[in-house]
Amino acid sequence: MATILIPTPLRKFTENNSKVETGGITIKDAIQDLATKYAGLSKHLLDENGNIRSFIRVYLGDEDINALEKDATVIYNDSIISIVPAIAGGSI
Amino acid sequence: MKATVYITEEVEKFIQNHGAEYFPNECCGFLYGKEGDKREITLAKRVDNSKEGDQRRRFEISPKDYMDAERFAILNDLDLLGIYHSHPNHPAIASEHDLAKAMPFFSYLIISVNEGIPGDLKSWKLENDERKFTEEHVEVKYLIEK
Repeated sequence: MATILIPTPLRKFTENNSKVETGGITIKDAIQDLATKYAGLSKHLLDENGNIRSFIRVYLGDEDINALEKDATVIYNDSIISIVPAIAGGSI
Repeated sequence: MKATVYITEEVEKFIQNHGAEYFPNECCGFLYGKEGDKREITLAKRVDNSKEGDQRRRFEISPKDYMDAERFAILNDLDLLGIYHSHPNHPAIASEHDLAKAMPFFSYLIISVNEGIPGDLKSWKLENDERKFTEEHVEVKYLIEK
């Protein structure tokens, strides 16, 4: 089972767990497994089509999955997956 | 009734100074403290505005800096409670652009900076985790009562 690190703002949806064990072969499987385990999390992670939202970055170890195979990136039992909210804004 | 977020005088000054120093660009940083019965912010830390191009109306925090901020909170037994940024020559009102990428739980503190002079400091939080902001009352805890 790979491990997903949950960022602080989403921990209220994971019973305050900062780490969650997750199954699957790819990043997409792992994120969908997480969203299934914790229903309240789903709308913050996935869009209407079940894809990872554009303002959520996912890292496998220290690598942005966009530099790998995106959500088709293969994971292993010792994989550490980080969910990283894209923090941005502006006055207008 | 508005929820209240408590900040120390040091945090207030820190944000004011950062906003003034970084004018006319938008500054940004992380807010740490403890979440219990009350939300108390006791520490602010600056972070680079990583937005490429014009930073007068936009800020961005890199994923690496965000991951470092989460680690800092764990190592120092603090809660990562929110983000602050400045609105140069603009009110401290959360914009559509602020809302678009807002996360639940976080307090988003915004300082208005007018011609380099810090003004209003307001806090915004997603309402019931929906895509809508509500304002939080900001109460500054002064070391010496005014």
